[in-house]
Amino acid sequence: MSFPLLSAITFTPVTVGMLLLLFPADRHTEIRITALAGATLTLFLSIWAYVSYDISLAGYQFVERLNWVPALGISYYVGVDGLSLPMVLLTGIVIFTGVLISWKIDDRPREFFAFLFLLATGVFGVFVALDLFHLFFFYEIAVFPMYLLIAIWGWKVSREYAAMKLTLYLFIGSVVAVVGALAMYFAAGMNTFDMLALQNANFPADFQRFWFPFIFFGFAVLAGIFPFHNWSPEGHVAAPTAVSMFHAGVLMKLGAFAALRVGVMLLPAGAHYWMPWIVFLALINIVYGAFVAMMQRDLKYVIGFSSVSHMGLVTMGVASLTPLGITGAGLQMFSHGAMTALFFACVGMIYDQAHTRDIPSLGGFGAKMPLVAVAFIIGGLVSMGMPGFSGFIAEQPIFMGVWAAGQTTSQYYLGQQYAWIDLVAVIAIAITAAYILRAVHQVFFTKLPAEFEHHVGDVTVLDKVALVVLVGVLLALGWFPAWMAPLVASSAANVMTILQGAAG
Amino acid sequence: MIAPYVPADWLVLLPEIALVVVAVLLAVLDVAYPQLRRTGELGIYAGIGIALAGVLGIVFALPGSDRTLLFGGMLRSDLFAFVFRMLVIFAGVMTALLSSGVRGVSRHGEYFILLIGACLGMNFMALSADIIMLYLALETTSIAGYVLAGFAHGDDHAAEAGLKYFLFGAATSGLLVYGLSLLYGFTGETGLAAIAAAVGDGQVPPAALLVINMLLLAGIGFKLAAVPFHFWAPDVYEGAPTPVTAFISTASKAVGFAVLFRIMSVTVPMSAYLLPLLTAISVLSMTLGNLAALAQRNIKRLLAYSSIAHAGYVLMAVVTISDLGTAAVVFYLITYVVTNLAAFAVVIIFARVSGSDEIADYAGLSRRSPYLALAMLVAFLSLAGVPPLAGFFGKMFLFAAVVEAGLIWLAIVGVLNAILGIYYYLIVLKVVFVYPAPEGAASIDVPRVYSVSLAVLCIGIVVLGTVAGPWFDLALQSAQGIY
Repeated sequence: MSFPLLSAITFTPVTVGMLLLLFPADRHTEIRITALAGATLTLFLSIWAYVSYDISLAGYQFVERLNWVPALGISYYVGVDGLSLPMVLLTGIVIFTGVLISWKIDDRPREFFAFLFLLATGVFGVFVALDLFHLFFFYEIAVFPMYLLIAIWGWKVSREYAAMKLTLYLFIGSVVAVVGALAMYFAAGMNTFDMLALQNANFPADFQRFWFPFIFFGFAVLAGIFPFHNWSPEGHVAAPTAVSMFHAGVLMKLGAFAALRVGVMLLPAGAHYWMPWIVFLALINIVYGAFVAMMQRDLKYVIGFSSVSHMGLVTMGVASLTPLGITGAGLQMFSHGAMTALFFACVGMIYDQAHTRDIPSLGGFGAKMPLVAVAFIIGGLVSMGMPGFSGFIAEQPIFMGVWAAGQTTSQYYLGQQYAWIDLVAVIAIAITAAYILRAVHQVFFTKLPAEFEHHVGDVTVLDKVALVVLVGVLLALGWFPAWMAPLVASSAANVMTILQGAAG
Repeated sequence: MIAPYVPADWLVLLPEIALVVVAVLLAVLDVAYPQLRRTGELGIYAGIGIALAGVLGIVFALPGSDRTLLFGGMLRSDLFAFVFRMLVIFAGVMTALLSSGVRGVSRHGEYFILLIGACLGMNFMALSADIIMLYLALETTSIAGYVLAGFAHGDDHAAEAGLKYFLFGAATSGLLVYGLSLLYGFTGETGLAAIAAAVGDGQVPPAALLVINMLLLAGIGFKLAAVPFHFWAPDVYEGAPTPVTAFISTASKAVGFAVLFRIMSVTVPMSAYLLPLLTAISVLSMTLGNLAALAQRNIKRLLAYSSIAHAGYVLMAVVTISDLGTAAVVFYLITYVVTNLAAFAVVIIFARVSGSDEIADYAGLSRRSPYLALAMLVAFLSLAGVPPLAGFFGKMFLFAAVVEAGLIWLAIVGVLNAILGIYYYLIVLKVVFVYPAPEGAASIDVPRVYSVSLAVLCIGIVVLGTVAGPWFDLALQSAQGIY
């Protein structure tokens, strides 16, 4: 048997986390170095998986399967395809940069890194899951450490409230989806939670229509879909920097990914029925999120609501049910993940020095921390979908996908309005430009207020490394999308095959 | 008719015989070596003794897939009963070990002997196949339990708890025995199988069966602490010495379910009322238990209400009357016993140093004792049903059974209740991890026996929550042929 690469990726973080708990609590330096070593190893393994995936074969690779609870057909079953592989790479990047950024955490760093690594294991487990039960198992592992990470290390003003709100929202979504998943399991009658087998279960159409919202919305809560989004900005703002990066960068993708993997791929007829509504909800996400972001004074809230807006694009891409749209959604998940991690890292660095995130009271940081300014501006350009940056590569296919979906005749009223929906969504990007440029101008280019004159300096080398890594990824995807786009497209084609099977 | 005497029958009872021997040896030790009382070693010896009884049972008396009636049909030996007996013994071991450093109980040999007596009674409850045997076993358990609950000398709360437990227990036990006597009166039989056959023949009029069902449910509902027979639980849990609370909330409840299954195998076939009644009890227990738990400031009361809610969860799967449902119940009870013991172990260890059970006093525990706080995290998140801990699989199997039976609405009620549970467990953990410790709070030292017990329980929780396959297979096997 070949090296169990995906298991290694999944379990390296939690193993390192458990190891950290064995350190004496006051050995902060050793704890940080071990954490960084673990994160580096994880990143290395995920890069390894990415480069050794054979795109000419496509499909699910590095597959491992073990019986878990054989009596119910539950198995430990992992494999990656073109949709999950970029997510695995993204998680590797975010855990690596997250550890770098968290170097300064002084309150119980041992527990902090242990919980962060447990979270990472949960996230990896979901992305590589090919078994429905396996997916839920890791999904919930990915949710609950958030509570502790935010409640203990978060922003003192709102952390308890935000952490509880986030946890309850996500768990409610998750358990509702669990009921749907169990219903699918028993309806299929195949005594297996194997998702590849359940794809061929041919559930009756009315069954699919009934259960699709349970599954889709259960997961999409985590993707911040309107009207279940408002845990998300609160959570982002209250979380410590590395957790915000993880949360917006990776965790929200978990919701979109699972909604696609379980909702759309297992209940394709249900997807056809409900999707026009979801496109519409996604439009509200995009436009409403952007407008609310524009009204914020707190820099972190700006980024938080921009995440709601951008995740709307992911949902819209998925909901277009076209190869272009789904490819775009996959790319947007990666691009937005790296971009928002970059944003939150920058905001964290500014807050650490200025102790405020109130945009009007900031200014002139460009001279004090030039690299942060450059990184933030690049993030901003990605966010606006500028050509040459990864955002363009991702958003363009989404809009094309929705447009293409509007060309086919639809029996539903909303299905005939895709062209308008698409136009409005494109225009909303202009709002993004407005709030990003306003923030960039105020924070980096106006005159430095006198109170910051003396105590604001440049960021540390570790912070710079993290920024450079994230910026590098965004630029690489923007300039040379060929290292990822065909990969995602190959899996989008697979999703389309399933969908067409249901339509025809 | 006198059944033929079969010497081999005694082998089945090896764990129970060993328990009696251990109890006698403890009595001798207690008198012969009074110094053991001071050091608290008595509890450790009791724990080891009970554990040996369990090991003897697993090595020599493990039943196969067959079911045998023993002693003229008084007892029924099968894997189902065996699992519950071992569960009781496990809870007994942990309770003895956790008692070893608790003021007011650890220095009394008779405390541990009563504990063993309670274990013995519970084992026979799980074994009994005859209503007379059942009632005897139940009373053995209960009387030992009443004394244990009021054990701490000079503690008014404990005395109150003991009395309350006794009054409630005596009343419900009276209802139970009345129900049993009606069953006997209508059928003329005392063996459960014979009664089931008679009920199946229609010898009991439906109206009488409804009354009998309600009477029996009152008796068993008390053991389960299910709504509306739960009123004693918060006060008794709070007032009783904490190890006794741990024992009552785990072993006693688990065995209550074993008895419920035995009784249901008799009364289910004919009564259309039993399942709706049980469903109502399930929903009420979950909802009231969880809602009341939200308001608690005392950790023992919180765990009392949470245990009422857990009884509700388990009842959801009981009403499915399916193999998967029964297996889910058995599995859930295994996870619940281990998890709840761990939760109470933390409470005991904390109260030894701080002398308090108030949730507010847990502030800063994660700084005072990081590992104790982590153990608490594991126990409470397992109660909440979070992976990779035991409670997650437990809940998933319960919900699976409920969905399989087509009771989607019940599953939805169940999962929403689980969310309520997550809320109040997290509130406690928030106090532990987020709030600062009071000025000058000392770190919490944990004696060796406690750290070992707690480690065993936490590892158990993680093992049940990850390598669930073999345990579920065991639960499935034991569930075969219950009906």
